[in-house]
Amino acid sequence: MAKFKKKNEVSQGIPTSSMPDVVFMLLFFFMVTTEMRKTTVEVKQIIPKATQLRKLLRKGLVANLYIGEPTKSDELGKEPKIQADDVFIDTKDIVRWVNAQRDNLDELERDQLTVALKVDVDAKRGIISDVESELRKANARKLLYSTLEDRDKKN
Amino acid sequence: MARTTPEIPNASMADIAFLLLTFFLVTTTIPNNRGLSIALPPPPEATPPEEVKIQERNMFKIQINSSDALLVEGEPREDIRNLKDEIKAFVLNNGRDPASSDNPEKAIVSFKTDRGTSHKRFIELLDIIQGAYYDIYAEQAGVTNEKFREAASDLTVPENKVIYNKGRMGIPLNISIADPTKAAN
Repeated sequence: MAKFKKKNEVSQGIPTSSMPDVVFMLLFFFMVTTEMRKTTVEVKQIIPKATQLRKLLRKGLVANLYIGEPTKSDELGKEPKIQADDVFIDTKDIVRWVNAQRDNLDELERDQLTVALKVDVDAKRGIISDVESELRKANARKLLYSTLEDRDKKN
Repeated sequence: MARTTPEIPNASMADIAFLLLTFFLVTTTIPNNRGLSIALPPPPEATPPEEVKIQERNMFKIQINSSDALLVEGEPREDIRNLKDEIKAFVLNNGRDPASSDNPEKAIVSFKTDRGTSHKRFIELLDIIQGAYYDIYAEQAGVTNEKFREAASDLTVPENKVIYNKGRMGIPLNISIADPTKAAN
């Protein structure tokens, strides 16, 4: 047995002295690449995938509208709803909402407002086109259908 | 004089860092500001109700019904793999095929959905249509599709503007997204 005892002298611990450095590095990565949650999205959001994506560079000029089935569907029903900031809004409130978003912008950039529609895959065209016609009335004609990148279909 | 070097205990540093990391993981989101960009037409009241005559041959019709089934130029279609190439051929026909478009400026891709069409299907088709146009633009500008879209996203850079204008020259993005129909049921 003496033969085998020698092995035990080799230290088996994982060196932990560099752990803080590693974790700090991760921390900085997340601090730089992410942004604070501003709204709690209360509609279902499975975003569709597409290949021909365009990027919006100025985040300040983007206003988000979330459309989908409410997550609390037992209280609010299964019909898709529109969420803006932290509240559900009706299609008729959209013009007012767009104007409120415009007021937050610099005067020179008011016409550059882009509305990003974050729509769940199961939502129907009906509600989306209602939103679109309201956006036309509000003259907010730059529109972006939020999508994820489809890496499988890329050509 | 014997001096003991002051030391900060750093055994708990990793724990503190992990705590901070977890906090950021929970409270932040990865921003997604990418997607399919379109421009809506002006409000209905603003446009004068002028009668525009569009020849049948200059229209490429794509329709989707409420059960997500597809109709391309009046024919039911299951397989959409070749659709992109068909649109490209249609736009760049330049009068060669008498049944297809006169020139890229007159060519219109008409995209009509139903109120019951799912958003997923809509995005799938819009992606194909826009892809066809971006391919054409990229080819004309002599860059890859990806590069062209990147350039089009940021026109403040002069080189990007050059690529964008070169690609778009003579070929407007004529995608007409019509108001959806109401399903009979």
